[in-house]
Amino acid sequence: MSAQHIVRSFDKELDYLAKKIAEMGKHARHMVERSISAIVQDDSFLADRVIAEDIVLDEAERDIDEKAILIIALRQPMAVDLREIVGTIRMSADLERIGDMGKNIAKRVAAMTEIRQSASFYKNLEAFASLALRQLDEVLDAYAKQSLERIDAVREHDDEIDAMYTSLFRELLSYMVEYPSNITVCTHLLFCAKNIERIGDHATNIAETVHYILTGYYPLSERPKDDQTYEVGLDKKRIFQKNV
Amino acid sequence: MNPELSIKMRGLDVKVFYDSNQALHGITLSILENNVTALIGPSGCGKSTFLRCLNRMNDTIEGARVTGHVFLDEEDIYDSSLDVVELRSRVGMVFQKPNPFPKSIYENVAYGPRIHGLARSRLELDEIVEKSLLKAGLFNEIKDRLHDAGTGLSGGQQQRLCIARAIAVSPEVILMDEPCSALDPIATARIEELIDDLRKNYTIVIVTHSMQQAARVSQFTAMFHLGTLIEFGATETIFTSPKEQRTQDYITGRFG
Repeated sequence: MSAQHIVRSFDKELDYLAKKIAEMGKHARHMVERSISAIVQDDSFLADRVIAEDIVLDEAERDIDEKAILIIALRQPMAVDLREIVGTIRMSADLERIGDMGKNIAKRVAAMTEIRQSASFYKNLEAFASLALRQLDEVLDAYAKQSLERIDAVREHDDEIDAMYTSLFRELLSYMVEYPSNITVCTHLLFCAKNIERIGDHATNIAETVHYILTGYYPLSERPKDDQTYEVGLDKKRIFQKNV
Repeated sequence: MNPELSIKMRGLDVKVFYDSNQALHGITLSILENNVTALIGPSGCGKSTFLRCLNRMNDTIEGARVTGHVFLDEEDIYDSSLDVVELRSRVGMVFQKPNPFPKSIYENVAYGPRIHGLARSRLELDEIVEKSLLKAGLFNEIKDRLHDAGTGLSGGQQQRLCIARAIAVSPEVILMDEPCSALDPIATARIEELIDDLRKNYTIVIVTHSMQQAARVSQFTAMFHLGTLIEFGATETIFTSPKEQRTQDYITGRFG
């Protein structure tokens, strides 16, 4: 941000919001990361901890809302300050949802314990999760550095997530076709994959919010949309051949 | 910008000198008809000076010299053949501190129409007074005491009386120089409501130190600094995403 405000305490309040967003980001990321570990290592103790920690994000979101509303009421912020404050409210909602995704993934650990597969079975899900989390890291970093260039770069990567989601979807479907005994675990994993794909969407939302904070307008072009799972069918040939 | 908007007044390279001191450095700015234009900027930026150029109030200041042109419709108001008294009836003014004449409420409003010969009979004059007080949102509060002293009203009522007085001579443009800075929030809200109402029939230019007021009442905002025009645009743009850093710094409280 440019020069300091004449009223210094205003800067402190804005710094507080930015710091809180960074904390929420870190916490949400950590939850997702560990929810995936819990799945891969079949660690229901870890999963329970992730589920219990979701409340931290709920509270942080409420805290940000309250502080932001207070600043609006007391300081009547204008221009970039107003955009920053409204942007903070939006970003905290996206981060809270990312935490929920982590919680949802962690909740499936208990149901999957009975039907545990070897670690290699989860390899692609893990890779997919790291891709989505990298997206989140980049967007939070770009926000902290107030870098428009990096924000726009993040949006470009959204299609990678969609492409990987589609391929993971196909892969899981093919396992189910080949070994019906895999259906339960694969269905759970499909939901996990969907949750991870949503994390990518929330990261993109945050990127758009940061773009708005920095420029005063939302990015013009439609975000790239390559999630093609809606057209992946059960027919074996199509699962493997479509869009190859 | 909306093509239906027409330009009511236009300053063209307006420079003002107070003796050797230059207060305005060539302002070119259009005032759009039936809109409220807010002039904002830190103290000493030239916004009030520019406002006073619009009805030649600077003529009354010793040592003040104005160059450039100010057009009202297509007419240059600094043309030597122009009747300044007539100009000020077309471009009225409301000041920071309410300044009713030490006369009755009725006389305060009737004074202008009378000297400009706008009423042919007492009945017509009564009508102008009532209409002006109604438009200024004051009539219902004071209709039973039209002949009491104008100076006996509350501050907010006095300011609305001054607006009624300005309206009484059927101006086309009303200039307001911080019209609410001496008023409490309720009186301020009444004046702001009134400004919004008045713009249907008049073109309004307002100088204000309150960013929130500028944002609330105006459709266009001009940002001044050190005697120059920094930025002019739709009010919603200026207050959400101004183009100029100095505008941004000023409205967000980062100046200096």
